[in-house]
Amino acid sequence: MILRTTLLAGVALACLATTGTAQTLRWGAARDINSLDPYSYGSTFTISFLNHVYEGLVRYDADLKIEPALATEWEVMPNNIWRFKLRQGVKFHDGAEFTADDVVASLARVSHPDSPLKGNLPAYKSATKVDDYTVDIELVGTYPLLLNDLTNIHMFDAGWLKEHNAEVPTDVAKKVEGYPTFNANGTGPFIVESRVPDSKTILVANTGWWDAPKHNLERIEFTPISSEATRVAALLSGEIDFTEKAPVQDLPRLAAAPNVKVMEGNELRTIMFGFNFQDKLHNGEPNLFKDKKMREAVGLAIDLNLIRDKVMRGKSRVTGTVVAPAIPGYDPALDTPPAYDPEKAAAMIKELGAEGYAFEIMCSNDLWVNEEEICNALVSMLTRVGLAPRLNIAPNAVQQVKLTNGEADMFAFGWANEPMLDSYSILLQTFQTKSENAGVFNWGGWSYPEMDKLIIAASTELDREKRLALQSAALKIVKDESIMLPFHQQPMAWATSDKVESVVQLSDNKGRHWLTRMAE
Amino acid sequence: MIVFLIKRLANAALVMLVVALMAFMIFRFVGDPIQLMVNEQTSQAERDALRERLGLNESVVMQYLRFVGNAVQGDFGISYRNQQEVMSLIAERFPATIELVLMATIISLVVGVPLGVITAIHRRKWYSEALQFVSIIGVSLPSFVIGILLILVFSVMLNIAPAFGRGDVVSIGWWTTGLLTPSGRAALILPSIALSFYQITLVMRLVRAEMLEVLRSDFIKFARARGVPAWRVHYSHALRNCLMPVVTMTAMNIGSLIAFALITETVFQWPGMGLLFIQAVTFVDIPVMAAYLCIVSFIFVALNTLVDITYALIDPRLRNSKA
Repeated sequence: MILRTTLLAGVALACLATTGTAQTLRWGAARDINSLDPYSYGSTFTISFLNHVYEGLVRYDADLKIEPALATEWEVMPNNIWRFKLRQGVKFHDGAEFTADDVVASLARVSHPDSPLKGNLPAYKSATKVDDYTVDIELVGTYPLLLNDLTNIHMFDAGWLKEHNAEVPTDVAKKVEGYPTFNANGTGPFIVESRVPDSKTILVANTGWWDAPKHNLERIEFTPISSEATRVAALLSGEIDFTEKAPVQDLPRLAAAPNVKVMEGNELRTIMFGFNFQDKLHNGEPNLFKDKKMREAVGLAIDLNLIRDKVMRGKSRVTGTVVAPAIPGYDPALDTPPAYDPEKAAAMIKELGAEGYAFEIMCSNDLWVNEEEICNALVSMLTRVGLAPRLNIAPNAVQQVKLTNGEADMFAFGWANEPMLDSYSILLQTFQTKSENAGVFNWGGWSYPEMDKLIIAASTELDREKRLALQSAALKIVKDESIMLPFHQQPMAWATSDKVESVVQLSDNKGRHWLTRMAE
Repeated sequence: MIVFLIKRLANAALVMLVVALMAFMIFRFVGDPIQLMVNEQTSQAERDALRERLGLNESVVMQYLRFVGNAVQGDFGISYRNQQEVMSLIAERFPATIELVLMATIISLVVGVPLGVITAIHRRKWYSEALQFVSIIGVSLPSFVIGILLILVFSVMLNIAPAFGRGDVVSIGWWTTGLLTPSGRAALILPSIALSFYQITLVMRLVRAEMLEVLRSDFIKFARARGVPAWRVHYSHALRNCLMPVVTMTAMNIGSLIAFALITETVFQWPGMGLLFIQAVTFVDIPVMAAYLCIVSFIFVALNTLVDITYALIDPRLRNSKA
């Protein structure tokens, strides 16, 4: 009896619930943001969401080119100093005016030794106020990518930080909570109205925004729905208007639904496989992958088109180079994958005496799109040409430790070049020889001094054309030496309800709802 | 009685210590939180420095002792992922889980008990056999499958109940409840049904077995012989005599429901403790995982103790027994 009445109540309620205002965007995301503090956790998703609330000195436009935001112009001065002119008349959500003090305080906070985002400003040394609307940023050396880095450095109000004792970032080790974790005060197009972690974060439009709004939203209701099936169900039943992660296997079904629109593209993230370059494999056997011929043979044995058509359901973009076309430094000449030739691969493997060669392929089951299926396909393709690979698969958190320790013989790898959006990112972090400040993801332990020279030269080259030429040359070595075998750019799929008129989807896979329009 | 209580409290403390120790031994295999905390551009030196500051380089025993030392003072640290105090994170989620579990328990009793009685009284009838068969499905279907089926039918096809979330909640002190708002009540329907499925089957089968036992006893025969109406014999005399084990089992099972709820919570994005734990696992959020495991083990021990105390009150022989 009780059951029946609650069910009936539910019927009545659901009818009421469907009549919402047209200008509210209900966003069902694959995951929650970690915090309202952009400087809290190295999460690209959190930062991109908080970009609705906070802004940087510069930002990306619709072609992923850098354009002025809170700074209006800048110039490079002698002695590694960059001078920024700030936009006047910008107000924080609490009414405080945006000035040079705010920039200095924000940069001090993000570059603090305890800040997990310190790595996002690698060349930063100090910032000084020149006058109320001029700031000088001093760098440790000549460095061409400061603007790229600054797109993701959000500006706080100095007075607000001071008032709430939050001038240094929240440090987990100190076991003290920080005020900005629960509160936000930015200059951006939306204001945080409320937040309940893991259930709902509500943003309302900032009517005093300095920029002319292109959106027509009044509210954004952001709800994480981590289960894929539930997220799809919520879209189909009209409970959400937007998701930035529609599961690949459900796309045909979503596209067929009358009230759902699917938006597909390829993101910047390139999926590739790397090799161990140490003397021995993890099982103690001699490592044949040190031989370039062996790596090439593996490359010839992989049918990338088959992986695209079967595993990725035709949604991925096969690539011959490790960066996506939108990433500066990309060279179309490098973008031809090796021709699939299993006979030749088998012959090469025979010649190398590697028939029946046993090794492990390390993959995660929760990181990239359909990674488990990709790895299974790889295992059977390599078995067919005479190798004896074994799959080692586990959650990413577990595999990361083994990868960092160099325990993988062959491994899946993905890199989006975020937040820098420049091929310098992958060259520095993955391909340069491992040292204190480079090669964090150089999991195979490779070292090519001639490539290091190119990367180091690029790191101080202020002329963009010259710099990109150096980086392309380095990427050519990556390809010629088959250090990594690039597979594809992953598909990205968004879906919206019929209440949404237009959403801007760029290949960096970030929601930009200050450009979203709902049907009137 | 006081000795009994003290013994039980010591027992509870021991269980929690052991659970925490096992948890810390497992944490070494869950992965490295540092990789997830910092951003891709962070250099190795900065990563190492963070690991050092969080004390992750220490031995398992040292990390464990430090955790226990702090926990005794009520300090469970702050979450790596949310940067919030672990205790307040769990306290925020606690009401959601409890409401879900209590609702599931009520459903399981309201549905399970009458079904048990019916299948016991009419045990040769086709519908009893059918109910028995369906109940096997109830125990053998994994709860995420039940959850997804419910969502498919009631949210997508019929569009009468929300597929996710907890709706609007009202705060009463530190407690939040969804029972006072229409959207909160609507959101509770599907998850609590999904969670109660297994429990309904258990209650139904237990009531059936007990009823069959009781119906054979002498006082039922006498009641029948006296001409007491059949419905009264069944629902008043017989049923009352088989409720004690049902109540005990229900109370004990609340602990398992809290633990099981994590799957239901994940499917329905129900913002409870289970969802918090699942996310802590994916982000290797050690402080949250450790505290959750301790609290759930405490709830188990507390429920068991309550049941034991009730028994001891009823049966004085248990008070002095060494067991």
